[in-house]
Amino acid sequence: MLEVSGISRSFGGVRALDGISLSVASGSITGLIGPNGAGKTTMFGVISGFVAPDTGSVTYRGADITGEPAHLRARRGIARTFQIVQPFAGLSVGENIAVGSYLRHTKPSEAKARADAVARRVGLGAMLDQPASALTVAGRKRLELARALATEPDLLLLDEVLAGLNPSEIRDILPVIHGIRASGVTILMIEHVMQAVMALCDDIFVMAQGKMIAEGKPDAVCRDPHVIEAYLGHGAAARMQEAGNA
Amino acid sequence: MKRSELLFLVALLAVLALVPLLASNLVINFLVTALIVALAALGWNILGGLAGQISFGHAAFFGTGAYVTELLQLRFGMNAWAAAVAGIAAGALMGLAIGAAVFRARLRGSYFALVTLAFAEVLRILTNALDFTGGASGLLLKLQPGAAHFQFDQRSVFAWIGIACVGGVLLLTRHIMHSRFGAQLAAVLENEDAARALGVDIFATKLRAITLSAAITAAAGVFYVQYFLYLDANIGYGTWISIEALLAAIIGGVGTMAGPLIGALALHGLGELTRGFAGSITGIDLVIFGLLLVAAIAFAPAGIVGAWKRYVGGRRNA
Repeated sequence: MLEVSGISRSFGGVRALDGISLSVASGSITGLIGPNGAGKTTMFGVISGFVAPDTGSVTYRGADITGEPAHLRARRGIARTFQIVQPFAGLSVGENIAVGSYLRHTKPSEAKARADAVARRVGLGAMLDQPASALTVAGRKRLELARALATEPDLLLLDEVLAGLNPSEIRDILPVIHGIRASGVTILMIEHVMQAVMALCDDIFVMAQGKMIAEGKPDAVCRDPHVIEAYLGHGAAARMQEAGNA
Repeated sequence: MKRSELLFLVALLAVLALVPLLASNLVINFLVTALIVALAALGWNILGGLAGQISFGHAAFFGTGAYVTELLQLRFGMNAWAAAVAGIAAGALMGLAIGAAVFRARLRGSYFALVTLAFAEVLRILTNALDFTGGASGLLLKLQPGAAHFQFDQRSVFAWIGIACVGGVLLLTRHIMHSRFGAQLAAVLENEDAARALGVDIFATKLRAITLSAAITAAAGVFYVQYFLYLDANIGYGTWISIEALLAAIIGGVGTMAGPLIGALALHGLGELTRGFAGSITGIDLVIFGLLLVAAIAFAPAGIVGAWKRYVGGRRNA
């Protein structure tokens, strides 16, 4: 469904992305993980049209969308959330979500009905009339998710929707994400919470320092020495091996 | 917008409509001037209030509406009503042109404000210099009372037309606020990145807002010219109207439907009062306006309308 190939992007002297390729199969939940500063969020920016790559291409359903502005990609069915939540603070929860649903519904009554339905789906049904600024961290994460869902996407990019949530809040939101996939939406997610990554993802890509260092099924990726070294430091894989043999 | 607020507004317009029947010419004159400013401020509010793009240069649209209407009649003998429509269209075009340039360059905040001011000033200097626009001595429209010429013996007729225009724009504002366009404007005002991610075309949305905003403010300019018949560069493109449009909207309640109207009436009422008490000090009303603006920003950032809503809400919850 999504093919990204050979993406590079530098900011000044920093090579944030260095020849990154990845692909997301239709109907899957694909994880994008890696240590802080690996370039995951920049990669999301490239896929959603917020960051222009220096080289490489982004292909969505066979169409080259590398140079397309963000709002047109949203119309194609690519929706994203932001790692640092970006609520419309002056609007109510319902109004926030309606901005998303207005993308496919011109009539106010239809857009509001859609927004209500999406709010209930992510567990914000009781808070529609509250100002978005009054939400808790968990509530704001749900609002990010709700707004993106309201655009009725085919591909949903989730940027650390679980970060900052406590274990019980994470337990509450996992079924929501499962439900979204079950409704036919393909998901690409950046996530640090490994418990969630293992539970949700079909495939995982691992980035470190702007490069793709591993890809595959969750179990295999977790045992990959490159991945262990990227997270725990040079030599860590060998030491773990020794510890395991001892 | 609750039913009670709508009722209040209809009542306010009805009372205003009764004023010309009872009051002296002086009061009607005050009312018409306040309505012209209200109309300009309602236009400003579409861009500044709903889309959050604070313009210091709405004189560019007011003046274009006024000059085009006057020049078409004077130089080309066009019918006043046709010239009025052309004036509004020209104002809208001016908005589209300035918007295309400024928003394409992604100017925001104080940069946007300064560039709009610069456009208005350039137009003021040009119209002041060119013979075609009457230069520094200005343009005087021939007095020919009659409905066909958009001129009336009775000042009250102007007041009623003004009230009808203001009422129409209030309804339009209300309609926008509850529409898809309104939601897109609010999204652009709040957070452009989040809006883009949700499929909002920022450039197109801002362009629509400035074009509509300019058309409404141009209508105020058209109305000014037909009422006063005289126009020069400092009236048409002067900073006074940019500032009054912005002041009325901010003091009345930025981004609210009725704020600009209430602000214009309050400002002009207060201006008249202070001129009455301290008429010997030239410009004393402007001093009061300045103090009011500071007070509004410090204590009632949502203006008179916002403060009133908070007061009513507070009493209900108590």
